[in-house]
Amino acid sequence: MNNLLPTIPVASWVESAMEWFTNQFSAFFTVIKDAGKFVMEHVTGWLISVPAIVLILLITIIAFFITGKKLGLAIFSFIGLLFIYNQGLWTQLMETTTLVLFSSVISIVIGIPIGILMSKSPVAENIIKPILDFMQTMPGFVYLIPAVAFFGIGVVPGVFASVIFALPPTVRMTNLGIRQVPKELVEAADSYGSTAGQKLWKVEIPLAKSTIMAGINQTVMLSLSMVVIASMIGSPGLGREVLTALQRTQVGNGFVAGLGLVIFAIIIDRFTQSLNKKKTV
Amino acid sequence: MEKIKIEHVSKVFGKHIPQALELVKQQKSKTAILKETGATVGVYDASFTVNEGEIFVIMGLSGSGKSTLIRLLNRLIEPTDGNIYIDGQNISTMGKEELRTVRRNKMSMVFQNFGLFPHRTLLQNTEYGLEIRGITKNERQAKAEQALANAGLLAYKDQYPSQLSGGMQQRVGLARALANDPEILLMDEAFSALDPLIRKEMQDELLELQRTLKKTILFITHDLNEALRIGDRIAIMKDGSIMQIGTGEEILSNPANDYVRTFVEDVDRSKVLTAENIMVRPIYVNVDLDGPTVALKRMREETVSLLMAVDKNRHLKGYITADDALDAAKKHEQTVHRIVQSEIVTVPPDMLLHDILGLIYNSPTPIAVVKDERLLGVLIRGVVIEALSTNEEGFAHE
Ligand SMILES: Nc1ncnc2c1ncn2[C@@H]1O[C@H](COP(=O)(O)OP(=O)(O)O)[C@@H](O)[C@H]1O
Ligand SMILES: [Mg+2]
Repeated sequence: MNNLLPTIPVASWVESAMEWFTNQFSAFFTVIKDAGKFVMEHVTGWLISVPAIVLILLITIIAFFITGKKLGLAIFSFIGLLFIYNQGLWTQLMETTTLVLFSSVISIVIGIPIGILMSKSPVAENIIKPILDFMQTMPGFVYLIPAVAFFGIGVVPGVFASVIFALPPTVRMTNLGIRQVPKELVEAADSYGSTAGQKLWKVEIPLAKSTIMAGINQTVMLSLSMVVIASMIGSPGLGREVLTALQRTQVGNGFVAGLGLVIFAIIIDRFTQSLNKKKTV
Repeated sequence: MEKIKIEHVSKVFGKHIPQALELVKQQKSKTAILKETGATVGVYDASFTVNEGEIFVIMGLSGSGKSTLIRLLNRLIEPTDGNIYIDGQNISTMGKEELRTVRRNKMSMVFQNFGLFPHRTLLQNTEYGLEIRGITKNERQAKAEQALANAGLLAYKDQYPSQLSGGMQQRVGLARALANDPEILLMDEAFSALDPLIRKEMQDELLELQRTLKKTILFITHDLNEALRIGDRIAIMKDGSIMQIGTGEEILSNPANDYVRTFVEDVDRSKVLTAENIMVRPIYVNVDLDGPTVALKRMREETVSLLMAVDKNRHLKGYITADDALDAAKKHEQTVHRIVQSEIVTVPPDMLLHDILGLIYNSPTPIAVVKDERLLGVLIRGVVIEALSTNEEGFAHE
């Protein structure tokens, strides 16, 4: 077989292309990597320096108020976080928090303007939509390959992969939300002589807000799932605990770290959702 | 004085625009053109002038191009061809910046479904035009509050549009337009979404407003009665073209072609007035709530001797008379259930005046106008006869 049809050397082509690319921009990637690492380690350090119990109480109180003074989420957050603390996973939780925070914020900051651009320009929509489709059909851990190629291992490639993985929902929902603003309201804004910016800020974004928030919620959840996977390329946090337990077949430790992740996921999901509900008129 | 002038304006949606325009010239129908070229003719070769202080009504069936035409004036829709002048300025060739200035200062639009921003309070809605012009908060609030006060809605200024009835929402829509103090009002089926009685009220308010403010108003409707009621002049549109322009009188007495004739024929036969056009506000008691004392009080206030009876869903149950109510009150009854009489003539809102006449002469009580069991209004003999006589005077042109 091999004699009849020699293997096409795709792997080595890609490798040399990547090598070229990485070399060309190596200074750039190094700066990003070092700066990113520096900032994130500081944020984690700062989070850890706050006494755990203070943070737990703070989150509990916030949970109470953002759910409209209901006890459910507050109690769940309190017990759940206390459990994670009790299991000695507090530092890992803070590391994961930093990763999720950075990748979500970056995704949102990049995603919303792209979504707005898509909603305003049919050309942009036609170009970006297939790219988003492609991004979403890829299994998450494929993104680890370019991440490692550009940034090596550590927190920064983890965030990089998460941003790519978590970006699409914010972009899509921003586009959708703005397109869904009733035509008559857009006409009203135009007929009174709004500039494009006034229309966007005073009419379109407020009316698209709950749709955009739904997209942000999905983005945050996807970032979390990706930063867990990114433990494979050296990202710290709860994900790394799960990975280590897997490699050493320590079922108990794996279970505890996994449970910690579930608790964390539920808390951030409910938090982002109730922010949305509260602000809807 | 000429305020608005439109010259040979056309709008074609879609591609192959030159071919489509060529086909309209050959008198091809809209559907034929759509089939052949894929283009939709919205407006074709419209020309007219509107004078300052005039209410100019554009009338036509749904899809005839009314909304497109009015949107060409402020260029919410870009014209394919032709010129549009406002105060002698050519709107169709203006740059973005200039156009924005005109939109901000010269004209305001009122929409069929009110076009209010759901995330803004009534005050914030009314301020919108002033806000985007960069007018200071104090000044724009004062102006917006004045506009709301004129509409009788100042008390609701901090509420959101969804908390108001349709009629009230459209008053806000109008207040928002007037807060800007524009010279021109563009009203696209502004009253079409409202209940018939509210609609009549709003028409009266608009006429009253016009007497004092003297704006130039372009008003769109698909309702001939509305057009005749408020229009100084009326343009009738069909498939994007203007068929005839004239006063109501001119159009009724001298229709330009067969289309206009069939359109207005109904009026000549005095068969166009329906129950909902001539009904009056019903005075009623709620049988689930009100007792005989309340009923008597209401009769005194309204100086009537008979009340309609409805339930909490405003479904018609019948009527009660003053004598029965007095009797029930003497017996200290708490509800009016016993004295509700259910034999009452009801008609649907679209019944023609012609058919109502026979009924009302034979009915001892007023006739109730009912839709889906709900009481909409009441027909009173005097009012019906009056409607009939003005109708005959106004439209006897055959
Ligand atoms: N944006 C658009 N794209 C394509 N066709 C349109 C568009 N807007 C209106 N039309 C068409 O133009 C014609 C006139 O529509 P319109 O002005 O809304 O009529 P009206 O207000 O009298 O009901 C209709 O055939 C309609 O389908
Ligand atoms: Mg229309």
